[in-house]
Amino acid sequence: MSRKAELEKSLCVACGECVKICPREALSVYRGIYAICDKTKCVGCGLCAKNCPANALFINESEADNK
Amino acid sequence: MKNKKSWYDYLWIWSILFFVLGFFNIMFAYLGLIDFLVPIFMAVLGGDKKFCNRYCGRGQLLEKLGKDLKLSRGKPTPKWMASKYFRYGFLIFFMTMFANMLYITYLVFAGVRDLKEAITVLWTFKVPFGWAYTASAVPDGMAQFAFGFYSVMLTSTIIGIAVMLLFKPRTWCAFCPMGTMTQGICKIKYRE
Repeated sequence: MSRKAELEKSLCVACGECVKICPREALSVYRGIYAICDKTKCVGCGLCAKNCPANALFINESEADNK
Repeated sequence: MKNKKSWYDYLWIWSILFFVLGFFNIMFAYLGLIDFLVPIFMAVLGGDKKFCNRYCGRGQLLEKLGKDLKLSRGKPTPKWMASKYFRYGFLIFFMTMFANMLYITYLVFAGVRDLKEAITVLWTFKVPFGWAYTASAVPDGMAQFAFGFYSVMLTSTIIGIAVMLLFKPRTWCAFCPMGTMTQGICKIKYRE
């Protein structure tokens, strides 16, 4: 099972809270418009989703990586 | 997660200091213009939201209160509050009230209206604030702007603290007018 952070761009306010909180430095803010997640670094801990004030981040669980 | 603290990680102190200084001398409210102009300059010239991401003292203060002091319930921000309609609606409302404050300042400058040594909390409640101003120290219009601007800053902080207590520490950021405005500037700049 693979867990990765996903972003709903239209909800993101680019506040940068996820960038601060991410323990793997997987998130960054793109051009002051929305956050982007480097999936190779993301471990799906969910801290970003928990702290996102705009409900723009969520954790997507998929079995894709194990197949 | 960054472990080493930088100077800008302490800007939450500035957020408190602003209100303390203004409480004793309302003319310090002019310093709040930094929080208004710097984000706009950063968005226009730099094309980013570095101010929100790094230098926003209010965001840091809300985080301190909500997370470190555990004052926030940590509940999800209501969907309607994080929606585009509410964000842009709140921006329009906030700017309308700001324009109204500027108009009152103009009337005082023009001598049509007397200076009111009071602050307006939540755009409704007038609180006498005469102790923070020495009469005739500056032109009345200048003092009126200081009272008005301090009111704007205090009102937005009260709302920020209220939503911090009820929801997530930085729920205010979901509909902060400055954040919406600077993101809008970036969107226009990059045509996104």
